[in-house]
Amino acid sequence: MTEMLKQYFKLSNILVTVAILVLFAAVNIGIETGFIDDYYKLNLFLICINIILAVSLNIINGMTGQFSIGHAGFMAIGAYGSAIMTLKLGYPFAVGILVGAVAAALCGILVGLPTLRLKGDYLAIATLGFGEIIRVVILNIDYVGGAAGLNGISQYTDWPWIFSLTVITVLVIKNFMTSTHGRACISIRENEIAAETMGIDITRYKVIAFTMGAFFAGVAGALHAHYFYTIQPTTFGFLKSFDILVYVVLGGLGSMTGSVIAATGLTILSAYLQDYAELRMVIYSLLLIVVMLVRPQGLLGTAELSFDGIRRFFSRQTGKGRGAGNDSAVG
Amino acid sequence: MKWKKGIAAVVSLLFSASLLTACSGGGDKKTSANPAPADAWVIGGNFELSGGQATFGKAAVNGAQLVFDEVNAKGGINGKQIKFVALDNKSEATESTNVASKLINQEKAVAILGCTTSGDTLGMVQLAMDKKIPVLSTSATNPKVTVDEKTNKTNDYIFRACFIDPFQGTVMANFSLNNLNKKTAAVLTDNQAPYAKGLAQFYKEAFTKKGGQIVADEGYVTGDQDFKAILTKIRATNPDVLYVPGYYEEVGKIVKQARELGMNIPVMGGDGWDSPKLVEIAGAGALNNTFFSNHYSSEDKDPIVQDFVKKYKEKYNEVPDSMAVLGYDGALILVDALKRAGEPNAEKIKEALAATKDVQTVTGKISYDEFHNPIKAAAIIEMKDGKQTFKDKVQP
Amino acid sequence: MDVFIQQLINGLSLGSIYALIALGYTMVYGIIRLINFAHGDVYMVGAYVGFWATTQGWGFLPALVLSMVVSAILGVVIERLAYRRLRNSPKIAVLITAIGVSFLLENGGVLALGAKIRTFPNVFPEVQYHFFNGAVVITNRQLVIMVVTTLLMLLLQYVVHKTKTGKAMRAVSHDTQAAMLMGINVDNTISATFAIGSALAAAAGVLVGIYYNAINPYMGIMPGLKAFVAAVVGGIGVIPGAFVGGISLGVIEALVSGYGQSLYRDAVAFALLIIILIVKPSGLFGSNVREKV
Repeated sequence: MTEMLKQYFKLSNILVTVAILVLFAAVNIGIETGFIDDYYKLNLFLICINIILAVSLNIINGMTGQFSIGHAGFMAIGAYGSAIMTLKLGYPFAVGILVGAVAAALCGILVGLPTLRLKGDYLAIATLGFGEIIRVVILNIDYVGGAAGLNGISQYTDWPWIFSLTVITVLVIKNFMTSTHGRACISIRENEIAAETMGIDITRYKVIAFTMGAFFAGVAGALHAHYFYTIQPTTFGFLKSFDILVYVVLGGLGSMTGSVIAATGLTILSAYLQDYAELRMVIYSLLLIVVMLVRPQGLLGTAELSFDGIRRFFSRQTGKGRGAGNDSAVG
Repeated sequence: MKWKKGIAAVVSLLFSASLLTACSGGGDKKTSANPAPADAWVIGGNFELSGGQATFGKAAVNGAQLVFDEVNAKGGINGKQIKFVALDNKSEATESTNVASKLINQEKAVAILGCTTSGDTLGMVQLAMDKKIPVLSTSATNPKVTVDEKTNKTNDYIFRACFIDPFQGTVMANFSLNNLNKKTAAVLTDNQAPYAKGLAQFYKEAFTKKGGQIVADEGYVTGDQDFKAILTKIRATNPDVLYVPGYYEEVGKIVKQARELGMNIPVMGGDGWDSPKLVEIAGAGALNNTFFSNHYSSEDKDPIVQDFVKKYKEKYNEVPDSMAVLGYDGALILVDALKRAGEPNAEKIKEALAATKDVQTVTGKISYDEFHNPIKAAAIIEMKDGKQTFKDKVQP
Repeated sequence: MDVFIQQLINGLSLGSIYALIALGYTMVYGIIRLINFAHGDVYMVGAYVGFWATTQGWGFLPALVLSMVVSAILGVVIERLAYRRLRNSPKIAVLITAIGVSFLLENGGVLALGAKIRTFPNVFPEVQYHFFNGAVVITNRQLVIMVVTTLLMLLLQYVVHKTKTGKAMRAVSHDTQAAMLMGINVDNTISATFAIGSALAAAAGVLVGIYYNAINPYMGIMPGLKAFVAAVVGGIGVIPGAFVGGISLGVIEALVSGYGQSLYRDAVAFALLIIILIVKPSGLFGSNVREKV
């Protein structure tokens, strides 16, 4: 018992908790006093939404090694599901988020089950197809506004909501990754046949990965819908899916911190390049190609950035074999 | 142990925060390099400069820039220059919110001009309402833009320079029944454009109410290339007229392919048809016996129109389309309101905009009704051998 | 009945375009197992080259050939610069690079040429042939599309099965390592594959430009995806499969629009893809490969 308590109240854990609270309070004060103006707030929120999307896709693509490129479809389900609950049926925001996320998760199962027979590129193209089907179906439902989308959604998403959900998402997925189930998923990525021989129920874990990924994409969709006032089917096309995929791959498949850093960096980059209309996408695409050519495994590979890793790096000056913060315990 | 991995998350969040502060540092430097807001009127432009509707956004910005250049050359308003900051919303509604936020918070815009499409404009309506910054859309024709859907109240801060969909749809329905004497119609709608859906809806309502019959109601999506399958299906229902409220690129292909299939019935549409490209795509011959409602015609002999066309041609070396003329008109309406407001105060500009009366623009004298929609006439244009000719002018 | 025949003709001409693009997709996938997302944009570049040539007064055939040559070079350059270094990297890295190249071509196109659509000049006069009292119409341009596609497909079959390069391609696609050991220059063979695939896409681009008369920098996105669907349906890596897949996709789309709900056309295309992948993952013409443990 004391051993367990000791683990819970380890220095790094306390530091983390304090850091989370400080960050939350600091930004909250910044927003309240207007030091962080609406433009920065919007980008900060976008970063949080993109982080949730990236780490949730990372469960499927990075941890389990399944190639999904239809993530925007799940996001759309979450966005529409939650907006219907709050806008059309008048439920509170929390119910909206939950319903959106659960609806997305159900879709995840729906997509996951039949496509699990497929591998690699075939799965990729099938998920892309599913994403497009979701979009086309939404486009043709008049109840949700068709092409015009849903308008006049109340702006419920505020800093406490988005921050706590981002932290919860990242922590849940982190912990899932290091749990028995997470390790089972990783073993599927490393070698599916070997994993099966070792008695891992591959289908079950693939479905779990899809469902979890879809669930959190749904959360992101709900947050998105309730910050931007309006949602339209075109927002959730395959270009959005590609965006999310790029965060994950650029950060390093299987690296949570990598996804977080890439989602953050690219969102800021996109905001910066706003002034250069046409040049923006050219720069963005060039950057993508160059990063992939120089570091095909992504910025962090499968490694994670952590306090412990950094501490180890500094305490062990001869750490040549491992780069800064490489925590080989994962992946 | 369980919490250990959370560390990574926090590191990253801290990292993002530090990046963000770095970002804001850069931003501050940038704004301080610009003239302080007190020295100039900052007008934001939220336009489609890339993406699917890039041609619309660019034309509108060109039109608006012409006005602001003229005003600045004449010494500005009350001695202050106008600084027009047009940013790109990638033809996406989400990005439109983002751009509007940047214009309001970073550039300190006192009013925003844009966007050209209803969908993108809707993306910033709520934000502008919350921030109390007036928005003047150049060509968002969907009624929902200026009226709140739930409460049916006018959105105080939202205005537009164009007429609205019900008017356009009704005008063409009456035209097909009364002028062309046709009793059955087929409708082919761009289902991805709220604009086109609005037009189609009001056309169908007006047409059936006055005794006409809709025999086919089909849809396509923006970017489609091949319409022969849908057109073959429509052909089998033998309609007297075909109503295609879409944008010129698809419309051009539809008219061309309809004629190839031997459908020589009149084809009609709305202001989305207005582009020199329409003739290039469809071909002059195919476009005979087609009509569309529009804000203006570059062939109009009215000196105000010709003066504008000449100015525009001189600067940009092309004939202005309706997006360009509405960009120009929107800027004119805004400048007029700025003059009456007297100072760069969003509240006063809004009041001045709402009180807009008889402002002379290229598309007519503009006054706003209670829903912030300009009351003005529509022109019906007939295509003859690749030339736009006036068929009729319909007063509201 | 006449409506059905008309819909078949509509579908065949649309399907021919998909088939031409799908051929390149299937060849590239067959040889390096890469979904070359930039393929649809090579088709766009091909259309622009054709546009340039015809506005300079070139005839249809010279413009077609020029466009095929330029795009072949472009395809080889893309492979050299962007994909070759990553041949032994994780597949997803190459895929992301392909997406990057696709974005680059699209937005580079917007930057260099503007987002405005361009219209082709009238390369040859249009002739319509009427059957069943005008109930069925076919134009000479539709015929040209179908004939050119069939000819190029046959030519490709000849190249792949009868020439040395073709044999090398098949060998590399079957087993790269073994092919290398047998003295086949794998790099050159892959380059040749990209050149041929891109040339076919360019041909599709020119044909589309002439038939539909309008091109823009984003025109490659949807046809590219659809062509990939066609390639998978036919059995990826199989050349006749891509041809049949493309034609069937075109016909199915025409029938969905003609007899069902046109707005669900794209959804049906993707649903078809998923069903085929689940029922017969190797596609209609593909052979099942047993997984080695």
